Amino acid sequence: MSAKLKPGQSPLDYARRPWMIALFIATLIFLYAPIASLIVFSFNVDKTGVWHGFTFMNYVKAWNNADIFSALSNSITIAILCTIFSTILGAMTALTLWRFRFPFKNAYEGFVALPIVVPEICMGVAVLMFFSRTGMTDAVADLPWPFNLTNIVVAHIAFSFPFVTVVVRSRLAGFNRQLEEASKDLGASEVQTFFNVIVPFMMPALIAGALLAFTLSLDDFVITFFSNGPSTTTFPVKIYGMVKRGVDMQINAASTVLIVITLAATLIAMKFQSPGKTGH
Amino acid sequence: MSDPIISIRNVSKRFAGGVTAVDNVNIDIEQNEFFALLGPSGCGKTTLLRMISGLETPTEGQIMIGGEDMAFTPPNLRPTNMVFQSYAVFPHMTVEQNVGYGLKVTNVPSAEIKTRVAEALDMVKLSHLAARKPDQMSGGQRQRVALARALVKRPKVLLLDEPLSALDAKLRDDMRMELTRLQETVGITFIIVTHDQDEALSMASRIAVMDKGAVAQIATPAELYEHPKNRFVADFIGKVNLLDAKIIKQKGKTISCDTETVGKFDIDTEKSASGTATIAIRPEKLKLVTKEPKDGKLVSAKATVRDVAYYGDTSHVILDVGAKELEVNVQNDSRTGGAGVERGQKLWVQFNPDDALVLTE
Repeated sequence: MSAKLKPGQSPLDYARRPWMIALFIATLIFLYAPIASLIVFSFNVDKTGVWHGFTFMNYVKAWNNADIFSALSNSITIAILCTIFSTILGAMTALTLWRFRFPFKNAYEGFVALPIVVPEICMGVAVLMFFSRTGMTDAVADLPWPFNLTNIVVAHIAFSFPFVTVVVRSRLAGFNRQLEEASKDLGASEVQTFFNVIVPFMMPALIAGALLAFTLSLDDFVITFFSNGPSTTTFPVKIYGMVKRGVDMQINAASTVLIVITLAATLIAMKFQSPGKTGH
Repeated sequence: MSDPIISIRNVSKRFAGGVTAVDNVNIDIEQNEFFALLGPSGCGKTTLLRMISGLETPTEGQIMIGGEDMAFTPPNLRPTNMVFQSYAVFPHMTVEQNVGYGLKVTNVPSAEIKTRVAEALDMVKLSHLAARKPDQMSGGQRQRVALARALVKRPKVLLLDEPLSALDAKLRDDMRMELTRLQETVGITFIIVTHDQDEALSMASRIAVMDKGAVAQIATPAELYEHPKNRFVADFIGKVNLLDAKIIKQKGKTISCDTETVGKFDIDTEKSASGTATIAIRPEKLKLVTKEPKDGKLVSAKATVRDVAYYGDTSHVILDVGAKELEVNVQNDSRTGGAGVERGQKLWVQFNPDDALVLTE
């Protein structure tokens, strides 16, 4: 620590040190090399793992593969339904926790957040046992599409809505109660205040939470694996099944599509979660 | 005199946990008054204002607004509007939408909203910023939005909660003038809550000084300053030298008293006092002289200058008088002299007992 600072350098400019930059690059390679190679080989002509030329053929084949297509539509349907219910349920839970004081509130808040940390495998087994013991597995199996997806949707809502609650709750923590008081003082009723002042304030968190629920549902494997049936295979489960039967570049193409959807949703979620406009 | 627009009768507010924020307060506020609730933080002034607005309900007592008891009427049904300390301007609405909000939610026709919003924005000189969002505005501008938003509702009473505390000094002075002008223009009652005595003295027509939830004194600014009822008011409003005095005798309206600081003297008072009392004298009413005064009516004492604080227009001189200290304000009325005294200088301090006041409570 005896070295002097260079002109213009501030004591916290760690990122300018060469070894720090090297470490930074190594970390990025470690994290993203597998994903990058997956995407690159989705455009490969050959399926041997050696580069033989660029093609979109794998995407076309994947699109025309009825199994992949039905799995993808299942996944997207589940994700949309899960998003709608999780967002409403999550926002209502967050509002309850923010607004009211009641006995055992801290315990309740803890339990709501529990599905975030409970290992997915435990959730999966629990969900499987719940559905089979209550007879729901058999009850929904023969329903027409999309009602045969009910069990998966319910399972997805169960692990997604706590994420919405956490996001909305943390936004509400920054809400200036005087905004609510001002609205009432200016003549608005309770309901008018809620929809004109509180909902617009929550909106960024609602969008971020909804997109979070969407991506969580879309790429969930473990919990879905326990609760799906032969006609209700989802996209991640389908890919897993195909991988077991041998390498096919269609899998790379399909996975790339999943990455793009998830990435886009996450980027939008991050944008809406950015700080500012807290109303102070 | 017409009936008071607001009449607070025996109002108390106790919070859970046994804290009494407001303790049996009685205040009548007249039509078109600029009324200030003044006191140190925690004296209950904001709680009282919130009870007038309906954001809190009293534990006991009546709050008459326009002749009707509204103690338990919700805020949206009261003819009062509030300017919040944080301004509470809606961040997702433009200035125009903010100002029109209170009219929109009460189903005023949109054509009327438009003209009334335009009028209100004109009144606070914000017409050119109508389309702005609050996060593109300065604190002073946001406050004007909050003012316009409240005034556009044409309330009978406008409530202002520490409206100037978040502004910088220069802007605060401008806004003081602005508020006084607005109050004269719209001709409605303003009630302002403040902990800043200068603010209250310069703007209000009447002031209620509050202490620990109770009203210490209600009076005009000049009366509060020159005739404070008790030690708390004298000390809170402006600076004051409080001298402990032993009462030797009272003869009619004249008291002979003995103070450790400036010795024995006679002073006129309406009050009857015995035992001990406090003599209050404002720093600007003390004079510094270099020779012992000969005028028999003036009270004087030998003093040593301990400290001189320079404030530009005035200098505050702290004197050691025996074991006690006195503060004297000296006008710096020439560019060269300053206070004309320096630390350690020995001189005489004098005052006319007519300028001092006897306080017994």
